[in-house]
Amino acid sequence: MSVPILKQADVLIASIQVAQTDEELLALRDRLTGQVGEVRARGVIIDVSALDVMDSFATRTLRSIAYSSRLRGAHTVVVGISPEVAFAMVQLGLELGAVSTALDLDDAIAQLDAHRKERAPT
Amino acid sequence: MSDARRIAITRDADIVAARQVGRELAAQAGFKGSDLTLIATAISEVARNIVVYAKHGEISLALLDEGGRHGLAVVARDEGPGIADVEKAMRDGFSTGGSLGLGLPGARRLMDDFEIESRLGMGTTVTMRKWVTRR
Repeated sequence: MSVPILKQADVLIASIQVAQTDEELLALRDRLTGQVGEVRARGVIIDVSALDVMDSFATRTLRSIAYSSRLRGAHTVVVGISPEVAFAMVQLGLELGAVSTALDLDDAIAQLDAHRKERAPT
Repeated sequence: MSDARRIAITRDADIVAARQVGRELAAQAGFKGSDLTLIATAISEVARNIVVYAKHGEISLALLDEGGRHGLAVVARDEGPGIADVEKAMRDGFSTGGSLGLGLPGARRLMDDFEIESRLGMGTTVTMRKWVTRR
């Protein structure tokens, strides 16, 4: 099942609904990176709360989405990492690198707003 | 429900299936909360190693009961190319498959026991166990 991507103002919101295979995650990466350019998005939010695990592959793919989106002018925020998943990621030694995270969607939107203000000339 | 399961691993959808069955069995063994996610994540890593390096193999899961001590055993077996340098493969950040190189060493950190046996040209067997801790 492919992940629905919604557009709200200049933000793309991908909310993952079920556990994803590696192939599905790669397809999400390609769609998001493409759409950032198509709709001239300035922000990307990825909701991972429905992911059963964040293993090394999922982490690497999220990082690659964030880096390629940044190169295309959009800032990525990952939301919804559960306490259990966070704990497993720490044990595994996984890091999200420069990828921003937020607890929920509201928090992510606030972060993107702040980021936009920082970049806008006053 | 039986206390052992085997899952053939041939494509990446099987990775998801293996970790989901593993989570169910782990719950049956008495694991709770974050332990379930730790076990599912470890299974995901060893199953992916099969798909990436050996193309096909198998994951066996079994409930453990050793004198009232409960746990789960995960055995990942393949007849792939084998690992040339197991010691190196167990080091963080080492990968020949273009990954983060955290799969095997990471899985070892998630579980209580971890053994790996590999012979070039013969295949690899990873055996992991985790025990339910009484609180």
